[in-house]
Amino acid sequence: MKIKLIDIAHGRSGDKGDAANVGIIAYNDDGYEIIKKHLTVENVKKHFEGICFGEVERFEMPNIRALNFLLHNTLGGGGTVSLKHDAQGKTIASALLRMEIEI
Amino acid sequence: MKEKIRIASGQGFWGDLIDAPYTQVTAGDVDYLVMDYLAEVTMSILQKQKNKNPKLGYARDIPELMERILPICKEKKIKVITNGGGVNPEACAEAILEVAKKLSIKDLKIAVVVGDNIKDRLDEIISAGCELKNMETGESIKSVKDKLLSANVYFGAMPIVEALKQNADIVITGRTTDTGLTLAPMIYEFGWKENDYDLLSAGTIAGHILECGGQASGGNFLGDWQSIPNLAEIGFPIAEAFPNGEVVITKHESLGGKVSYQTVAEQLVYEIGDPKNYITPDCVADFTSIHLEELAPNRVKVFGIKGNKETEFYKVSCAYSSGYSSSGSLTYSWPKALTKAKAADKILRQRLQNLNLKFDEIRTEFIGYNACHGPLAKEIDEENINEVMLRIGVRGDDYNSIERFGKEIAPLILTGPPGVTGFAGGRPKPSEVVAYWPALMPKNLVQPEVKLFEL
Repeated sequence: MKIKLIDIAHGRSGDKGDAANVGIIAYNDDGYEIIKKHLTVENVKKHFEGICFGEVERFEMPNIRALNFLLHNTLGGGGTVSLKHDAQGKTIASALLRMEIEI
Repeated sequence: MKEKIRIASGQGFWGDLIDAPYTQVTAGDVDYLVMDYLAEVTMSILQKQKNKNPKLGYARDIPELMERILPICKEKKIKVITNGGGVNPEACAEAILEVAKKLSIKDLKIAVVVGDNIKDRLDEIISAGCELKNMETGESIKSVKDKLLSANVYFGAMPIVEALKQNADIVITGRTTDTGLTLAPMIYEFGWKENDYDLLSAGTIAGHILECGGQASGGNFLGDWQSIPNLAEIGFPIAEAFPNGEVVITKHESLGGKVSYQTVAEQLVYEIGDPKNYITPDCVADFTSIHLEELAPNRVKVFGIKGNKETEFYKVSCAYSSGYSSSGSLTYSWPKALTKAKAADKILRQRLQNLNLKFDEIRTEFIGYNACHGPLAKEIDEENINEVMLRIGVRGDDYNSIERFGKEIAPLILTGPPGVTGFAGGRPKPSEVVAYWPALMPKNLVQPEVKLFEL
């Protein structure tokens, strides 16, 4: 069965230099198990092909059923240098929530 | 000791809702109003203003705001803490004193925190063995020293605590961590010690929740955003802090927005790195220890927080001049809006190439199609697109190339694909690119200092 990440989680993203930070928060415990299993570094890196050109770091926050990702080399040089319309990575969280997961 | 204090967030960045601080001090009871004005680039902008006029270099919204809220804050004994002093907190204090005189306010004490601005001390700091290496590239700051626009140390809560101990009504700082603004009154009121790391971390996390204003009370909420009531009159978050480190995030009842488990959780994950090590000058907070509980509508308890000893370094934020950039846009309408925008991009790039212009980067985005999510944007049926905005940006060291680029946009209207509009703002002009240089510096190389300005 295919589910949309946006149906089981919400989140927020922002900038840290040229890296984007993406926090994804599951709505409940089952959802957290799903994101923990499927939002691996490899899957997230693949999802952001052509957007994230660096390393992906992943951190778990079970206390609020969240995962935090740092996507390095993603914002076209960072907030002040970047030519990107979304230079601060504000829309990267919704870009990740587009992901469909096979469970 | 007070049983609790209420700290109100008044501004999430310079440019935020102008009326928010006024609303925070009038729509209910608060003890402190904290306002964050400084983004990473703000200091370099302020430094440029100060270079032109030595009386400037702070957030100029502040005196105007004080004219509205100072009488209210005096009457209700609300203390104001802000980092809007920028690169000239003394001038900001002087400007507030002028306002106070005009309002016939007596007995006003403004404390200013200085010492964070190290731009003129760089040689001394480098010769003390600190090369302010770029945290991302490892390069020494010597490589950009000639192009440096600003250099500031991030101070934490302690200098503000010192200012509060001197009975300041208003505390104005330069570069201070956003979190320190909220943590400081808790340390001061509850007598927390410098090694109460769990408590300091609790106050720091409250500061993180407050530092982006309305983002914790329903603004920019990616969950069920349509369920947030009355965003037009959004109430900024308030932290109700207790001596044991527990904090309740709330807002004034009469205002709009919403404080819920989810709105607070979203703000917790905003712009963080490793959640176990949230480093500030005051402590290293552990975001994986945070517990959230909804006590009642618009009341979320934040508790159970753990933290560790602070590091021996201050973070330093430098800005340097790094060439020029410019961007322009044109809007193409149905039919085949995207195809037209792509054709126009190709024509423009051909012309830029024929002119032998030099750029480090040319970037094209199609707003309405892929500007936000890039390659994740799915193929679209052009029949269903009403319009696409072509946005092209260039960046580089050669001013003349960047300037000439700006003259090549408008000609596309009469010499490119049809159905084009949206060129009203004139030729885009080159703007200076200010790049950011993050570094670390041993704490013993700089001393914060508190200065008093009184009426």
